[in-house]
Amino acid sequence: MNFEIALVWESLPKIVEGMGLTIELLLISLTLGTALSVVLVLMRISGIPALVWPAFLYIYVFRGTPMLVQLFIVYHGLAQFEFVRNSVLWVFLREPFWCAIIAFSLNVAAYTAEILRGGIQGVDRGLHEAGRALGLKPYQRFLHVTAPIAIRLSLPAYGNEIISLLKGTALVSLITMYDITGVARTIVARTFAPYEIFVSAAIVYLCLTWLIQRGVGLAERRFGRYVRR
Amino acid sequence: MTDPARPIILLDRVTKSFGAFQALKGVSLEIARGQKVVVCGPSGSGKSTMIRCINRLEEHNGGRIVVDGIELTASIKDIDAVRREVGMVFQQFNLFPHLTAVENLMLAPRLVRKMPRREARELAMHYLERVHIPEQADKYPSQLSGGQQQRVAIARSLCMKPQIMLFDEPTSALDPEMIKEVLDVMGELAAEGMTMIVVTHEMGFARSVADLVIFMDKGEIVEQGPPATFFANPRNERTKTFLGQILTH
Repeated sequence: MNFEIALVWESLPKIVEGMGLTIELLLISLTLGTALSVVLVLMRISGIPALVWPAFLYIYVFRGTPMLVQLFIVYHGLAQFEFVRNSVLWVFLREPFWCAIIAFSLNVAAYTAEILRGGIQGVDRGLHEAGRALGLKPYQRFLHVTAPIAIRLSLPAYGNEIISLLKGTALVSLITMYDITGVARTIVARTFAPYEIFVSAAIVYLCLTWLIQRGVGLAERRFGRYVRR
Repeated sequence: MTDPARPIILLDRVTKSFGAFQALKGVSLEIARGQKVVVCGPSGSGKSTMIRCINRLEEHNGGRIVVDGIELTASIKDIDAVRREVGMVFQQFNLFPHLTAVENLMLAPRLVRKMPRREARELAMHYLERVHIPEQADKYPSQLSGGQQQRVAIARSLCMKPQIMLFDEPTSALDPEMIKEVLDVMGELAAEGMTMIVVTHEMGFARSVADLVIFMDKGEIVEQGPPATFFANPRNERTKTFLGQILTH
């Protein structure tokens, strides 16, 4: 077989066109998912059974099933129901873009909730006691002591989660969308040169991963100024 | 509110259990305003538990605790009122690691007393000077030595202008060369008339600063008295054994 380096370079600009969609999917579902994860983790640590159990079940289900299955359920599954098609939600659910956003956000929320819970548990008990002894109210202790430290502790794992979501966005190529992988597949169908084209796609993903790692690294330094190196 | 004759802290047959383990078996104690009390005893004797009950980091199971006229009950309002009056210094310092020294001091005045930032900073600097480390104001705890961290922790409590200071083995986690700087600050505080309860094995400090020394063992107060008599003529066998152990090394 022969590998044409030139083809890798030629296909890059086309594939970069798909990058816009990949980034959009990444940023929107990351934002929505992270917001939802904060709600979930607060439920999870609330100590109130009526809140703990739904959050626990949610996290269990979404972490325990493949994101592809979740995407197919939202995209193919929900459309089966008449009432879904008749509801306002159909405006979103008939668009593969929003189906992907929904599936990814729900998935990210489950993982990030667990990451944050780990961070919160990592905060030294003695700091809670110091806060109590100073007369800080529970929400003040959470906002001013627990949360900033937990965020710092969660960042490395959260960075992994962002990268794993980036790679997960490739699944939208299976529901008719032209993200990096989707574009690559159409070019492959035309050129019959899978190696070159997919290598080209891989390069684009690696560049994005590098950017994410840089960003998370900067955030770690910003939130971790107090950590002695 | 300030009746000088009334004890500022009253413990009346206080009990506390952790599961099957009874940490306090009916402890009674009266502490007058301005009194300096040193509590000693072997580990597991209940001395930390006792002072942690006074600001309700632990909830006692039986008996009564009255702090500055406020009885400790399950009511949250009372706890907040008591915690405003009672400062606490921990063995492990427990400084907020993500805040600088001065920010550690400013947090509670700002959040609890609703003090404006500038005023809180002035107050914080005042107390950092009192503990002799104003130059460390903008460092993070991880950049300070243990002795400096503990002095920041003392200053952090003082910023709330407490009536009473509780010290839970404040020098036990410190390297020997740093113990003195912390004890000196505590001695200065005592000289200013602060009511203090100090759980410590620093018997030199007890001799020079305390006006009451208490020995606890197995959840009870075994013996108490002014340091002169306590150290010269301990009556109880357990006290003698304990003092023999810690004074020889």
